[in-house]
Amino acid sequence: MSVVTETTARSEEKFRVTRSRRNVAWTGGGALIVVVVLALFPYLVGAGVWTIMVQAFIVLTLASMWNLLAGYAGLVSVGQQAFVGLGAYFVLIIATDGLSPFAGLPLAAIGCGLAAVPLWWLLARLRTGYFAIATWVLATAILLIIERFPSIGGGTGEPMPGLSGFTPTLLTAYTYWIGLAVTVVALAAIYLLLRGRLGLVLTAIRDDETAARSSGARVGLARMLVFVVAAIGCGAAGGVLAISELQVQPTAVFTVQWTAEMAFATIIGGLGTIEGPILGTAVFILLQQTLQSYNAWYLISLGLVAIVVALFARRGLWGLIDEHLHVRLFPVGYWLWDPGSTGRRGVLGFGRRQGGQHS
Amino acid sequence: MAWVNAIIQGILTGGLYALFACGLSLMFGVMKVVNLAHGDLAVIGGYVAIGIITVTHLPVLWSIVVVVPLMAALGYVLQRTLIQASLDRSVLTTLIVTFGLSVVIENGLLQFFTANSRAIGTGNAIITSSFSLGSQIQIAYLLVVIFATAVIVLLGLQYFLSRSKYGRLIRAVADDKEAAQMCGADYRHVFGIAAAIAFGTVALAGIAYGMYSQLAPTTGTDTILLFAFAAVVIGGLGSLWGTLLGGVVLGVAQQIGAQINISYEVLAGYLVFLAVLVVRPEGLTARRARS
Repeated sequence: MSVVTETTARSEEKFRVTRSRRNVAWTGGGALIVVVVLALFPYLVGAGVWTIMVQAFIVLTLASMWNLLAGYAGLVSVGQQAFVGLGAYFVLIIATDGLSPFAGLPLAAIGCGLAAVPLWWLLARLRTGYFAIATWVLATAILLIIERFPSIGGGTGEPMPGLSGFTPTLLTAYTYWIGLAVTVVALAAIYLLLRGRLGLVLTAIRDDETAARSSGARVGLARMLVFVVAAIGCGAAGGVLAISELQVQPTAVFTVQWTAEMAFATIIGGLGTIEGPILGTAVFILLQQTLQSYNAWYLISLGLVAIVVALFARRGLWGLIDEHLHVRLFPVGYWLWDPGSTGRRGVLGFGRRQGGQHS
Repeated sequence: MAWVNAIIQGILTGGLYALFACGLSLMFGVMKVVNLAHGDLAVIGGYVAIGIITVTHLPVLWSIVVVVPLMAALGYVLQRTLIQASLDRSVLTTLIVTFGLSVVIENGLLQFFTANSRAIGTGNAIITSSFSLGSQIQIAYLLVVIFATAVIVLLGLQYFLSRSKYGRLIRAVADDKEAAQMCGADYRHVFGIAAAIAFGTVALAGIAYGMYSQLAPTTGTDTILLFAFAAVVIGGLGSLWGTLLGGVVLGVAQQIGAQINISYEVLAGYLVFLAVLVVRPEGLTARRARS
């Protein structure tokens, strides 16, 4: 970020620009400790907790990707289940060819990214609501096509091969670690992308698309990049899902419920912040575990909470925390220290103005 | 002859799809709302009709007389509260709120009325029977009635929008709501009226589909919303007759697909939708006026 250091240097006497209002040097260390503790979880707690955690990893990865799409690029997709399903099927196909499903996971994720390019070409012209339903139609069409291939299970699905060599405990532990790895890579990738050039371009688009375009920002390319990254992330999560379920069932991996879960978790936690999906996933898992004996109620309550949050607390739960404490665990914006004021008002980038499109 | 039959059946089901689509199209045209709960609301309309018929044993026609105004009232209230509140915030909020509504309705129906499919019994022998054209073509009266209903609804909408006082208000507000507001039209109320009309057609769509096939909680999204959307895109945005054309093209594509292999029915429709998206993204009827 040479531009920033220059700006900072030039106006040192008057203004100071930092990534966060508070010193967040501890965040990096804290994140490392959290990851290490999570990695040691299989040695510390019972297997029942691992299974719930795998679910949390899947939802967190999906929610982070949806957040990147809707919160940063303004692309509301209701068809992300397309990539959950494709990821699951790619892992299945690779495993059927003899490779371990765990080794197949990265390949499957990359496959989803490649598949996203032609799909983006179909969707690129559509905006807002039409984009949303078109992604849904595409996901349904992909499901209908996949169901036509009996070699990968047709309409009923297939058990995942290549997992019979593990003892159940070892398999659950491996699934846990691969889920953790996918989530950590996904969050780190999003953080680095948003701190870099892409983050700046997306901020410019969000604030004023026409101005961004005329300043030379490659709007279409930025949106496509976000769509492809989200496809890779959702594909990886779908692969983890297929491994943890030990099977791939077409209607279960291609259900719109995945998009509902990722969208609601993001909105409840806070759209447009990296921390939001983490908090939202925690709320989601809590609701799901409490209401799991009441069938569809957890989705109903999740939907209602999401509607209320979208209307009355647009920056979500993390927004409420940030408003009072000014805490950023993953600072991707800039904080402008203005000596003339208390320093409360001026934040550049993904600071205080977020949680929706600004028209 | 089988192909001719497929095309005729396709055209007639196209009327049903146009009925699905006109509410979606109207709400987008007037308030720029893409209502993701569109199909689930149609299913609610159908379920209410089933409830009325089961309790009172009234014929279907009477249930329509009750359900359509009921849904129209619901449309006005929803528009003035939830949808207007989300519109005041952002386009993104509108999508999130209507998507939330869709998930809540679908799972609510699942919770209270199980996943079972329900049909609306017409209780009328003439409606359920069919007539023959030649030796191989059987046409159900019901499909003809639904097609005619769709045409009447579209004609009525066209007449209403172009001739009546409220129609003029709706068009004015759709063009520029601030300017209309300055001329004394309360655009929120006009939006409510437009939503009421849209929801009325949505109720008709739900009941029609319940008579033609069966309603289940998931019908709202995987059939009604997606087919409605495909019809709107194929036909071209913002054109009522384009919606009918889009519905007919979708219906014919599906029937031809089903003629090749019954399991290709839905997929064939979506492939035509995708082809239109690639070749003519502005739809079949829209004039090429893009920058």
